[in-house]
Amino acid sequence: MNWKIFRRLFLLLVLVFLYLPIVLLAVYSFTLSTNIGAIRGFSLHNYVTLFTTPELTSMIAGTITLALGSAVIATILGTMGAIGAFYSKKNVSAFITTLNQVPVINADVVTGFSICVLLVVALGISKDSYIPLLAGHVTLCAPFVFLSVMPRIKQMDSSIYEAALDLGATPVKALFEVVIPQIIPGIISGFSLAVTLSLDDYFIAMYTKPATFDTISTYVVNATKGAQTTIKTALWALSTVIFLIVVLVVLLSNLSVILENVRKKKGKKKKKGHLEKGGSRAG
Amino acid sequence: MENTDTIIELKGISKVFEDGFKAVDNFNLQVKRGEFVTFLGPSGCGKTTTLRMIAGFEVPTEGDILLNGESIIGLPPYMRPINTVFQRYALFPHMNVFDNIAFGLRQKKTPSDLIGKKVRRVLELVDLEGFENRRIKTLSGGQQQRIAIARALVNEPEILLLDEPLGALDLKMRKEMQLELKEMHDTLGITFIYVTHDQEEALTMSDKIVVMNEGCTQQIGTPEDIYNEPETIFVADFIGESNIFNGMMTGHLKARFCGGEFDCVDDYKEGTHITAIVRPEDVVITSPERGTIVGVVDKVIFKGIHYEITVLSGKNEMVIQTVKNATPGDRVGLRVDPENIHIIIAPDHTNLFYADINQNYKLEYNEHELDKNLTEVMRGSSRRDDGTVVDSAGQAIEPDRLRVLVAIKPDDIEMTDDQEAGIVQGWISNLVYKGDHYSYIIHTDLEQDFVVNDEYLWNMGDQVGLLMPEDKMTFTLKRK
Repeated sequence: MNWKIFRRLFLLLVLVFLYLPIVLLAVYSFTLSTNIGAIRGFSLHNYVTLFTTPELTSMIAGTITLALGSAVIATILGTMGAIGAFYSKKNVSAFITTLNQVPVINADVVTGFSICVLLVVALGISKDSYIPLLAGHVTLCAPFVFLSVMPRIKQMDSSIYEAALDLGATPVKALFEVVIPQIIPGIISGFSLAVTLSLDDYFIAMYTKPATFDTISTYVVNATKGAQTTIKTALWALSTVIFLIVVLVVLLSNLSVILENVRKKKGKKKKKGHLEKGGSRAG
Repeated sequence: MENTDTIIELKGISKVFEDGFKAVDNFNLQVKRGEFVTFLGPSGCGKTTTLRMIAGFEVPTEGDILLNGESIIGLPPYMRPINTVFQRYALFPHMNVFDNIAFGLRQKKTPSDLIGKKVRRVLELVDLEGFENRRIKTLSGGQQQRIAIARALVNEPEILLLDEPLGALDLKMRKEMQLELKEMHDTLGITFIYVTHDQEEALTMSDKIVVMNEGCTQQIGTPEDIYNEPETIFVADFIGESNIFNGMMTGHLKARFCGGEFDCVDDYKEGTHITAIVRPEDVVITSPERGTIVGVVDKVIFKGIHYEITVLSGKNEMVIQTVKNATPGDRVGLRVDPENIHIIIAPDHTNLFYADINQNYKLEYNEHELDKNLTEVMRGSSRRDDGTVVDSAGQAIEPDRLRVLVAIKPDDIEMTDDQEAGIVQGWISNLVYKGDHYSYIIHTDLEQDFVVNDEYLWNMGDQVGLLMPEDKMTFTLKRK
């Protein structure tokens, strides 16, 4: 009996530990307080500030644009790399796969710093061109896309590409109509991973961003150091919004998995009532 | 003169892979329009590689492929009027049945109402009407196979290639599909090129069979030719079951093997070393005094339609299939009609003999242990700590259920006066001078004839021992 209570208590503690900080922030974001500690009246003014201050909105828009842009490029490159590696000769494929693992494990600060050294210092590309920043984030994300696409390709029946050629599709058509649809779940999860990584990144952006541009990460770090309280409390609101979006995305993706399972079950039932000539072995 | 009926011709095709493996060696074949041709051989014999070269997935290292008299070597697969049914179906899982079948027609920009009509017609052909909207995952293996066939046939290819299409199906369904495929072939008039390692499948379905081994064509012919008149030992051994003996021609239409002198219909010169092939169903069991050879019944296995009886005649083993029963231990006579004895002259006079597997899992011949373990002969097998040998599936092997067909070339055998040093002993029963060496036939105490090449002259009737180095032998595992 005691043991049961202890187990529940422990679970509760873990959940509190995980969620209390963000709940606290969320609660304060709806008040007039400027410091955590004393709650003073319900208000939406932090949210008004967040969405009306041009500095904040442009920073948010910039971060999202950067995340989507670099994720798109990283997804294309990572997917191409995975397909290429898969259809390469065995040792070439192993070589590419190993090379791909290094940036995944490598510290971001090293990646950011070295890209800065190469592009800005050695090649003289201005940070204001956004090229170093974009290159940095693509470098960060592409290996993860490769990693999430590769298992999908391996699962795929490799002869379907040949089957498409055999039926008259050119290699490009076979790739887009047969191979890509097979690995699209891997591509999508690679893309979402890339977006998340880019949003999260601090170190690479620090080293490569133009001086006038800020991502949410770099902005938050700077803002919390300063004394501008309106901005600081608006960032509480921003954190709450981000958290809610994340919760929404997780719920939706879980819901889609549940729906998929329900559909599969229905499909099976249908098949049972439909035993055709050709036997009962399910494919 | 060019045969106008020839739809596809393979001329001197060879394929060497990048790792140096020669998969196909000088392959020549003409296929007539509407023919059902089967490539038959064990796995790794190059049959699938040949098929893939016809489809365009592999480029031959040498040779040319002519379709209707024109080379298609430079054409990519998507430009060849040839379609393939893949071994594991290779259906597109993200499309439904209709889209799978329509895929090829859409590539050719066929109008959509025509696509609908053609898909419906081909679904009727494979007996799956009304399956248009089904998802691939909801189909059984047999149904997927039919869709794969429909998807290829709807394009009305000049040639349909089938790569072991029934390999993944269970036995009953495989038999059904064999008949249906044959029927489709007869109705549609499309040329079929079929790949299989299943000899029965090949014999049942084909107009013409190409038997392949180690990248080389062994024999091309009708199923009857291949079964009744095997041209090589490999074909005799691979198609159907055979008793194989080394022997010698001892007179006009007389052959000595298995410890007896048999009348035969193949006319070879006296003294020629031969390999005699006798099908188990062609051996007749009679009384000892009527038999050409006499033996003792060793084993009787009931197989349903017939009994499989093993008779030991001296040291030779003859397997017989008959509807009449026999009792182990009985003394019987064995007779074979002359036309049922098939005599092959191996081009390099390779000597063949069966070795047994002893309790130490070593090969044994004439009570002489060879320096060769079963694990070296049987691919994927391994020896456990407790000493037993298991096959690749982890099943324990019973050594007395297996034997090994050993082949050794005449140049690799040496004769010695020290008879006991040899694996087997015998006397020289024939010798021919071949210019730079003598070719001897040694009739061994086990009633077998070995060919041995030697540059020195020995005398007729000399008693010798035969030295055979294990590293010069090749081994094929056989089930008893």
